[in-house]
Amino acid sequence: MTESSANKPANGNVCHRATNGVKPGRNGFVKNHYLYQQQQQKYCYPEEKVHHVACNGGLYSRPFNESFEETPMLVAVLTYMGYGILTIFGYLRDFLREWKIEKCHIAREREEQKDFVPLYQDFENFYTRNLYMRIRDSWNRPICSVPGAKVDLVERVSHDYNWTFDYTGRVVKDVINMGSYNYLGFAENTGLCAEAAAAVTSKYGVGVSSTRQEMGNLDRHEEMEKLVAKFLGVESAMAFGMGFATNSMNIPALTGKGCLILSDELNHASLVLGARLSGSTIRVFKHNNMQSLEKLLRDAIVHGQPRTHRPWKKILILVEGIYSMEGSIVRLPEVIALKKKYKAYLYLDEAHSIGALGPNGRGVVDYFGLDSRDVDIMMGTFTKSFGAAGGYIGGRKELIDYLRTHSHSAVYATSMSPPVVEQIITSMKCIMGEDGTSVGRERIQQLAENTTYFRRKLQEMGFIIYGNDDSPVVPMMLYMPAKIGAFGREMLKRNIGVVVVGFPATPIIESRARFCISAAHTKEMLDMALSVISEVGDLLQLKYSRHRILPSLDRPFDETTYEENED
Amino acid sequence: MASGQQWVLVEMVQAFYEAPAYHLILEGILILWIIRLLFSKTYKLQERSDLTEKEKEELIEEWQPEPLVPPVSKDHPSLNYDIVTGPPSHKIIVNGKECINFASFNFLGLLDNERVKKKALASLKKYGVGTCGPRGFYGTFDVHLELEDRLAKFMRTEEAIIYSYGFATIASAIPAYSKRGDIVFVDEAACFSIQKGLQASRSFIKYFKHNDMDDLERLLKEQELEDQKNPRKARVTRRFIVVEGLYINTGDVCPLPDLVNLKYKYKVRIFLEESMSFGVLGEHGRGVTEHFGVNIDDIDLISANMENAVASVGGFCCGRSFVIDHQRLSGQGYCFSASLPPMLAAAAIEALNIMEEDPEIFTILREKCRHVHKALQGIPGLKVVGEAFTPALHLQLEKSSGSRDTDGKTLRSIVQYCLERQIALTLARYLEKEERFLPPPTIRVVVTVEQTEEEIEKAAGLIREAALTVLK
Repeated sequence: MTESSANKPANGNVCHRATNGVKPGRNGFVKNHYLYQQQQQKYCYPEEKVHHVACNGGLYSRPFNESFEETPMLVAVLTYMGYGILTIFGYLRDFLREWKIEKCHIAREREEQKDFVPLYQDFENFYTRNLYMRIRDSWNRPICSVPGAKVDLVERVSHDYNWTFDYTGRVVKDVINMGSYNYLGFAENTGLCAEAAAAVTSKYGVGVSSTRQEMGNLDRHEEMEKLVAKFLGVESAMAFGMGFATNSMNIPALTGKGCLILSDELNHASLVLGARLSGSTIRVFKHNNMQSLEKLLRDAIVHGQPRTHRPWKKILILVEGIYSMEGSIVRLPEVIALKKKYKAYLYLDEAHSIGALGPNGRGVVDYFGLDSRDVDIMMGTFTKSFGAAGGYIGGRKELIDYLRTHSHSAVYATSMSPPVVEQIITSMKCIMGEDGTSVGRERIQQLAENTTYFRRKLQEMGFIIYGNDDSPVVPMMLYMPAKIGAFGREMLKRNIGVVVVGFPATPIIESRARFCISAAHTKEMLDMALSVISEVGDLLQLKYSRHRILPSLDRPFDETTYEENED
Repeated sequence: MASGQQWVLVEMVQAFYEAPAYHLILEGILILWIIRLLFSKTYKLQERSDLTEKEKEELIEEWQPEPLVPPVSKDHPSLNYDIVTGPPSHKIIVNGKECINFASFNFLGLLDNERVKKKALASLKKYGVGTCGPRGFYGTFDVHLELEDRLAKFMRTEEAIIYSYGFATIASAIPAYSKRGDIVFVDEAACFSIQKGLQASRSFIKYFKHNDMDDLERLLKEQELEDQKNPRKARVTRRFIVVEGLYINTGDVCPLPDLVNLKYKYKVRIFLEESMSFGVLGEHGRGVTEHFGVNIDDIDLISANMENAVASVGGFCCGRSFVIDHQRLSGQGYCFSASLPPMLAAAAIEALNIMEEDPEIFTILREKCRHVHKALQGIPGLKVVGEAFTPALHLQLEKSSGSRDTDGKTLRSIVQYCLERQIALTLARYLEKEERFLPPPTIRVVVTVEQTEEEIEKAAGLIREAALTVLK
């Protein structure tokens, strides 16, 4: 019925904290292979084996707990009914609009162009017109301050059911921000980063007006790239002006016709676009499912290209570090083992995980204690943890040299703005501890603590939370379409800003709210947010979970797992 | 009728009795065969190979992929970038040498304008640098709304939408409207971001010769005939013409009035990319529409970046709300990317203020363009490509040696000669294998309002000198 329950039986026999009622459907493991047993000694900690009896424990140095609790049957049925009712009313309203009984607010085609082929097909906008428009106020809320732990919102009202908004001129002050990707709290207008960026603005201005290859290669760019390479632990790195474009403009430079791209089904739109633009064959494996990936790899090598049966020129695996809608962390040790076994190349998109994971903030590679040289292409963005903009690619020197000469971005796109570059340099130095303080390390620590605390509390309250225990992206299931808007509004009424998402960003019945934890959140803010979430959760009956976890009072709040794993 | 059927049935039963045994056996076998075919596994190409596990392992062992990237030779012309120390403004330090900048698209000299810097700094003090989110999720700042409003007012359109990256603007806008099965008519000289947008749209692409309206009309007529054959399909096939205002690759302007005529004649929508012409052409810098006096509502969508004349970062699309609003949910580069840093938006607003306060600046720019264009005429061995009012000209070899590499090297030594004598020029860079119609190698000459007459004379003299030395 749902995508998640459909593949449940496939992995039903896998030992995976079944006592906790965790649905293992999304997480297939690699079959235990002799290859991994050799590595077992290196990675495995004997005492952890007791707690987490996962069959793949051999590859993981830390507990890997990921849960996607199954949608309760009744909830699923009600959700479908909700969409059914909305659709029926949508048709009714469309009928009324057609007959001019209801006033229509939709922008119209020009009179002169009425006889052109319509720009949009009618059904294309049915969803927007009849479903999205009802709860449009939950998105695009304008803000007028730093997107830090607390944020000021521009107040807006709608007098025509969200077709247009009027700004009242008032400001909603000090809304707790659970929506911005400000993982390490570097979205600041004071402090070292802002000062450095200001100094560079005065000196350089904000623009560059040329491309990297022509006249836009500033000394600051070169310095930043060296620093990024050092931070990632790779030979060389290159930065680009937009995170989205880093994927969509560089994947085509790496693969082409006759190459195969294996892509996770939940990969970000930019990876999908990049793969499509490259002209390679694309095959999709189940989200984070290593059996599915291995099967595709085997089949690809054994059977070669379709029809011609020529062997593939190369195989590229596209995965993300943290999946932004699921909160899951990629099973990187297994992916690397597979990639090595089948001689594929690995493209790791660390848009959300860089800075946010790992004892040193170096992303998912650091988190699992792996070697970044095992990942062929390390990609990430500066938008999130660094509070800047743009993206990077790191890897071996040959790779970066090739990109410097062949990347679409280097040849045709304007280079990065100098103050943005400066923000990256300063924040990255802070994370690395090169500024002589321990601020960066403390923030990483704080983020890990906040994440564990917030996730545990939500679970204890009885909400269904998706994703990995260590992921600062916390999706909380809402399911029903009416609750998307209601949750967003009720939370804002109580001065908490949250992100709610529904179809098409998620499967149709799995609408959710998403919290992004930040190191800038204090315990008081989190407690405040939690109590409000609980209150609204009771109001809207969101506590769906059937696997209540009792509050564990004996565990101290600031428990974190990083120290014990450092060696 | 009924009795007839009954009779057939009786006859059949009779025939069954009378048939010889071997016949019945044969039929029986055939029926069994059909049943077997019906219930056997569906025919699958991939599973047909009867490889044993061992053979599969061997195949996997045997397979050797190509290297991730081919090696790049150490002396690849674009491997080592020129390094700019300090601001890339009128006076620029390239590879340690202070030069006059004839290479950055900073047409109006707003890049190091104090007013712009001040506004950017004020915005930085208020909002910090990054936005930490896409527009939908708390990434919309009041500055973005203001900038969109200002751009729409400046261009005199209903609505504008901003993107955080100039390249992604038209590349996202095209696939938001043109889908699989639609038809796009494109000028051969269209820039790379248009090409990428077309590729992402998966529509049928028909290229017409650069600025050749007869060729375009030929294609449109062909399409009209095609439509008459299949009117049902024609009713749902959207058609677009995608052109640039000022072509970055050729330096000339599109014949917009003719295009508008064709638009209404053949019912095709026009998308206009104005990155080079926004803030350059027209009395108030509104671009090609103002240059030709074309009603802006006749153009369905105008896109431009704010990285050239505006000297900030990002891009925008403007037009009627009916068209533009669609991108807020369908423009991939808009929905899925972090929004433009507010300080860059603030800088763009201030740049618009300056442009609005003092439209004189566009006249000055046009005069400088004419001056440069004139000064560069008659250099032996080099010809100027581009209109007299274009601020981004190309210098092309009059006689190509026949090899692109050699031509490139020749031009590079001219650039190098000038660079050493304090005039910063650059080659126009292209991805040679990726371009649909690769332009010939050229030197880019960019005109800005900050260049004085002496500097222009000096540059022109130097290029002449270099051409004489290098080309001999």
